[in-house]
Amino acid sequence: MPLLDVDELTVTFGGRGRRADRGRDRDRKPTEAAGPTEAAGPAEDTSVRAAGPAGPAEDTSVRAAGPAGPAGGNAVRAVNGVSFSVDEGQVVGLVGESGCGKSVTSLALMGLLPRKGATLGGRADFEGADLLAMGPRRIRDLRGSKLAMIFQDPLSSLNPVVPIGVQVTEILKRHRGMKGEAARKEAAQLLDRVGIPDPDRRLREYPHQLSGGMRQRALIAMAVACAPRLLIADEPTTALDVTIQAQILELLKELVDQEGTALLMITHDLGVVAGLCDQVNVLYAGKVVESSGRRELFAHPTHPYTHGLLGSIPRLDAPRGEPLNPIRGSINDQIAWADGCAFAPRCDRYEMGCLTGTPELTEPREAGHQARCVNPVLATTEVPA
Amino acid sequence: MSLLELDGVKVHFPVKKGILFDRTVGHVYAVDGISLSVEAGQTYGLVGESGCGKTTLGRAVLRLVDVTDGRVVLDGTDVAQLPEKEMRSFRRRLQMVFQDPLGSLNPRQNIESILSEGMAAHGIGGNREERREKIKEILAKVGLPGNALSRYPHEFSGGQRQRIGIARALVLEPDLIICDEPVSALDVSIQAQVVNLLEELQKSMGLTYLVIAHDLAVVRHISDVIGVMYLGSLVEEAPSDALYEEPRHPYTRALMSAVPVPDPEVEDRRERILLLGDLPSPANPPAGCRFHTRCPWKQDTRCATERPELRDLGGGHRVACHFAAEIASGEITRTSGEVVPAAHEGSGGSGGSEASGAPRASGASGGGAAKGSSSGERASEAPAGT
Repeated sequence: MPLLDVDELTVTFGGRGRRADRGRDRDRKPTEAAGPTEAAGPAEDTSVRAAGPAGPAEDTSVRAAGPAGPAGGNAVRAVNGVSFSVDEGQVVGLVGESGCGKSVTSLALMGLLPRKGATLGGRADFEGADLLAMGPRRIRDLRGSKLAMIFQDPLSSLNPVVPIGVQVTEILKRHRGMKGEAARKEAAQLLDRVGIPDPDRRLREYPHQLSGGMRQRALIAMAVACAPRLLIADEPTTALDVTIQAQILELLKELVDQEGTALLMITHDLGVVAGLCDQVNVLYAGKVVESSGRRELFAHPTHPYTHGLLGSIPRLDAPRGEPLNPIRGSINDQIAWADGCAFAPRCDRYEMGCLTGTPELTEPREAGHQARCVNPVLATTEVPA
Repeated sequence: MSLLELDGVKVHFPVKKGILFDRTVGHVYAVDGISLSVEAGQTYGLVGESGCGKTTLGRAVLRLVDVTDGRVVLDGTDVAQLPEKEMRSFRRRLQMVFQDPLGSLNPRQNIESILSEGMAAHGIGGNREERREKIKEILAKVGLPGNALSRYPHEFSGGQRQRIGIARALVLEPDLIICDEPVSALDVSIQAQVVNLLEELQKSMGLTYLVIAHDLAVVRHISDVIGVMYLGSLVEEAPSDALYEEPRHPYTRALMSAVPVPDPEVEDRRERILLLGDLPSPANPPAGCRFHTRCPWKQDTRCATERPELRDLGGGHRVACHFAAEIASGEITRTSGEVVPAAHEGSGGSGGSEASGAPRASGASGGGAAKGSSSGERASEAPAGT
């Protein structure tokens, strides 16, 4: 059984929807009972995954009593039925451009979305318990111990008026019951382990006294303080320079190799994914459009969006002088998943079939390589560099 | 003669202290002696990490910051010496495209107003109608619809806003366009559109660009000549193919090896040079070679005491390293730093179909053991040079 199994996660912001179920186990029964009637509604929610652990039918139904889709009032459905799983010790990538819902997915898993205004649907089973249905107390116990997260901007995720040492020992005190000198020693060891020189001095310093790379190392030290089973890294290197990025990626690799921690890597950088992830999920407009092992994905991108992304990136090792092959239009040119493929307005391979309901995840090439496309790229042509 | 020539340009910012009297207690050496030249019709790319002074240099060319020392010569005129009044009208010939397209467009001006403001100031186009015609022509060139004229910046997407920024530079028919991180705020698919647009415009209008960016792949794609900056000075300059094929300066080599390539086959095979530590403070730069504190090839002689000048190694390849030739020939080997060899050694020839969902531990155990300690800050001996 996978460590984390996310099934048809949806996140809807705003609209008239009242929070129906999240965080209250006693509320769950009635809403689940209401599930089948909801599921009969919008087409996108009844789509069953073609492969993988196809759960019982009621699991794929929407439990939220909120708006049915992007069309419902002024509601925005940021994540629209995302399913993936993370195994122990595995590195899984969530890739996509801004606005595809990758960060919202991570916040939903950590229980960090605002309790009002965000409606969750679907399931996210972590060690057998549904993270989305968990009460605030239970998820607080998990957060920082078994589940940890690294954010993009290390400066704004550290408290500027509290020394690093206090911030690191706080976690040790909360989750491991350590005190005083023992906690301080452990914190120094943690900083040393993530490669911060002179940890005893650094513990007394404030975040602004550390460089960007050093801050990110301190955040990683806090994240791994309790040897988490799953580490979620949301764009951990985007704010850093390339030489520092290389250091941090190497550190993350080392942690995964040595500790067997599973890593959910959220990024927009396909280069980072190519070097780090075992399994890659490409997101577009709140849905997984392609999912595969990294070698297969980069060798044979099957969804036109993935294909286009790879064609858009100038590569250091490619011949110069040829124009890039961008994807036309922008992320604003999309249609609702309920009406068809959201990528259709930007797609070169668009055909009429693209506008008849949500395309399902199929395996057009080979087992384990899923793509959500009616007219996938199957020719083994080289990806234009 | 080159269109733009920089000769020993320095930009130093004083660091002040004191409540009543501003005592200057030191300087930030943002740009510290840079000489380069940009040929008409070409693209010169400046790369470097944050804090290396590349943006300050771009601003110094436009004289948005004052040059402390040195000459900035555009087409025979020393920009650094021009009186303020003449400088204002001279700026028509030097335009800039900024990084953040939303931040550099006034949210309360519509597109026509934004684009015609500069034209009116410089007396381009006799009246409003002529200016509007000209703007429409430029908008078509950058790929925006004609009805954009009466709209406001917030109505456009990020890529379209960057096109507006480019149009604003183009309407003044400048000799040189300085692009400061023109695509780094944009999504990958949009980046490619803007990069292509810049190239098309250069071909059709014969533009000259000075492109400042941190993304090596983007810079290499659009530039004819690339200069690599580190802590206020140029460490290497070469035609872009030559720079990629044979980077001569240790910093360039480390920088190139750190850029991730979106191809697992390449990622698994290539070696990466990890630099130790962070960029030193430009307020207190190291003596001698600026890079010697992090250089994997540092030697005991000269590096810490003598500052290397850019030397021409032939073919327009200039390098500021005392030992560039010796490093290239292999006479000098790495003394510190760390090379990370191929990450997934065991799974090299699997024919491209990795079992999806295979736990990482099995695939990487061989590589992990060989790697030893690999955190970048700890100085460990390079494992068997791959």
